[in-house]
Amino acid sequence: MAMNRRETLKSLFLAPLAGTVIASTGCSSTASNNSSRITWTRLPTEYSYGRTEAEKLNDQRLFAETYFREHELVTIAVLCDIILPNDHPNGGALDAGLPDFVEFMVKDRSQYKLQVRGGISWLDSFAIDSYGADFINISEAQRLSICDLIAYPDNASAELQPGISFFSLMRNLTLTGYYTTEIGFRDLGYVGNTPNVWDGVPEAVLRRHGKSYEAEWLSKCIDQSTRDVVAEWDDDMNLTS
Amino acid sequence: MAEQIYDAIVIGSGAGGGMVTHQLANAGLKVALIEAGDFYDPADEAQRTQLRNPWESPRRGASTRLRPFGDYNSCIGGWELDGEPYTQKDDTEFMWWRGRMLGGRTNHWGRISLRFGPLDFKRKDIDGLGDNWPIGYEDIKPYYDKVDKLIGVFGSNEGLYNDPDGYFLPAPKPRLHELYYIDGARKLNVPVIPARKSILTKRINNDRGVCFYCGQCSRACGIHADFSSSTVLIYPALNGGQVDLLTNSMVREITTDDEGQATGVRYIDKLNRQEYELKGRSIIVAASACSTARILLNSKSAQHDNGLGNSSDHVGRYLHDSTGASRAAFLPGLMDRDIYNEDGVGGMHVYTPWWLEGEQLDFTRGYHLEIGGGMGMPSYGFGFAVNQYNQYLDERVGGYGNQLRNDIRRFYGARLSIACRGESVPQYSNRCELDPTVVDEWGIPVLRFDYHWTQHEINQARHMQDTMEELLEASGGILLGSKPGADRNYGLTQPGEIIHEVGTTRMGTDPRSSVTNEFGQLHDASNVFVADAGTFVSQADKNPTWTILALAWRTSDYIIEQMKQRNI
Repeated sequence: MAMNRRETLKSLFLAPLAGTVIASTGCSSTASNNSSRITWTRLPTEYSYGRTEAEKLNDQRLFAETYFREHELVTIAVLCDIILPNDHPNGGALDAGLPDFVEFMVKDRSQYKLQVRGGISWLDSFAIDSYGADFINISEAQRLSICDLIAYPDNASAELQPGISFFSLMRNLTLTGYYTTEIGFRDLGYVGNTPNVWDGVPEAVLRRHGKSYEAEWLSKCIDQSTRDVVAEWDDDMNLTS
Repeated sequence: MAEQIYDAIVIGSGAGGGMVTHQLANAGLKVALIEAGDFYDPADEAQRTQLRNPWESPRRGASTRLRPFGDYNSCIGGWELDGEPYTQKDDTEFMWWRGRMLGGRTNHWGRISLRFGPLDFKRKDIDGLGDNWPIGYEDIKPYYDKVDKLIGVFGSNEGLYNDPDGYFLPAPKPRLHELYYIDGARKLNVPVIPARKSILTKRINNDRGVCFYCGQCSRACGIHADFSSSTVLIYPALNGGQVDLLTNSMVREITTDDEGQATGVRYIDKLNRQEYELKGRSIIVAASACSTARILLNSKSAQHDNGLGNSSDHVGRYLHDSTGASRAAFLPGLMDRDIYNEDGVGGMHVYTPWWLEGEQLDFTRGYHLEIGGGMGMPSYGFGFAVNQYNQYLDERVGGYGNQLRNDIRRFYGARLSIACRGESVPQYSNRCELDPTVVDEWGIPVLRFDYHWTQHEINQARHMQDTMEELLEASGGILLGSKPGADRNYGLTQPGEIIHEVGTTRMGTDPRSSVTNEFGQLHDASNVFVADAGTFVSQADKNPTWTILALAWRTSDYIIEQMKQRNI
């Protein structure tokens, strides 16, 4: 899969000059005063995974649709980066192409559209009230101070509930999008989805958990050295091969 | 050119249709097999979903309306089909899953393969409800034996009277969370035994492969190491040259002659929308219980003015599905696990059969328990509510940043879940019938459902919830979510939701109260047979597929015999 490309999304600029992000406050977001850009690994827009014709058409329709404004995509990227930062040796959300994934999922599950668009607007409004600019245009420290308020569902403040709900959705999408990529598999240490021969829980793991296999139970289980021998039975339902 | 007259026309390519096609073709009969969906081969790269990684899908395996069980589930079909609606009477909320592909729903089923036991055929003798089957375990046992040997099923001989022994392949060893469950169940004196599934842990012949433990049976197996009707029964039958397969073909009705005997079928080629006719000496309907009822009800003629086989007004009645309820727990003992490959076979390696037969309870009929958990492959939804278990550890839920990576690993696989599947009591009033006004895009009248649970099923669900809580806690779990109460029918699933619908053309000896005889032969037309779960008089708490296969084999033997005797 072409997930190792890291491309710049032209026209989406974030310039952390002294921690200040420069981007739009509205819908047109081509900021010119860029000294650096927020970039992420671009995900493919064509997939081949055993689809029916109806499914291919559905995917094509989703990829052709533009839903987010650039300002919204930048905000999504900034949030994904806060949730799983890129400073980790295994790679972060932007390395895993999260903004593209979030964009696709929001189009695919249309109930997310209003939640994410409304959530971003709520966040900008809250940032303007608190720090005088929308979320991506305040300092990193200011952004994190807002996240500290909305990243914890036990915060009972009625005023913050829309933000808490939005942040939970963004955290869910970011984590699920990250851990369903190759770098997420590596970060987790997932080792399945490959042909193998299951022969029970490793002995050291059994010991660690104080468990063991009983002889009687094991007598009902496959001896994997015989798996390729064609099964035969006697007339009393006993396997003889 | 002389018109082709088939010895048998089989409608539907799922478990029943596949078995009948296989048996009749092997007996040298010329068979036409009609399937409403497309050809399907799980090994075909253009259709394969097995062993795909989540990032091969733009939605990482999430479900869509077109694949309600997820992008990689191999069943093409679902709860809603474009152009093929169904309707509900009053406040009924029946859920109807239809497969539209060669092999039907056998491509994605759980492979749980349970024989009905002696009690399951005679429930009326025990509780006075519903009806007995016209056959007993001794009649079907030889066919279960043959199905075991032909198709392959792992399990263990436990000597349980109502969960009979079989010709089993050896079981896979339990996974770690299953060992926690075994210990918990034993504390409560609840039995737990190896699961019984039609997955090849051992070679059964030289045509099919042996399970390589990817845990993805729901994606259909490219080496045919699990049972799908297409890979195990239909491909070999097609190779024998006796079978003409018609895909994308939607049957409108079965045609009959002046004596009321079937002459063939009318169907629509969905690709060109043209209608065609096929002629046959016998018709075997195996379109799934509700679709079979629909075809029969739509096959009206002067001789069958209430629909074919429906002189008793029983077609569509006694529709019933398994009951279901589920619960999950956080297993602190499995926090910070060693990570290794425990994909195993698809789904559970151990289960609990019904263990309270004969006990005084406020419901009748039993249920079994299916065990879930483990370090599955991440797909869409993985990582949602990442550290919600922190609430049980007096730690804060939520947050952001790299500590979330630690939370992911800490709680990965630290979960145990139970799903109950139970027997409901068949009701005369629970039915599907033709909607008087609505047709599908082919102009065929659609089904309308009228189905309500009784207090037996609701009380059974309450018992399920109590049982699951006790077992999960005894296994060391902390219960997740809240226990559903009376306001939610104790978490009882919707009718149809378990996809075990049966009973719409039930068998019996009395033509006034049943649709077929014990061989699935219509009382009203001797050359028409039903070979799906429509003929079930009651469904037991066992998943229906193994019984569909055994009965379809028995029906096939009967058809061959009747043809030899020139009765058909």
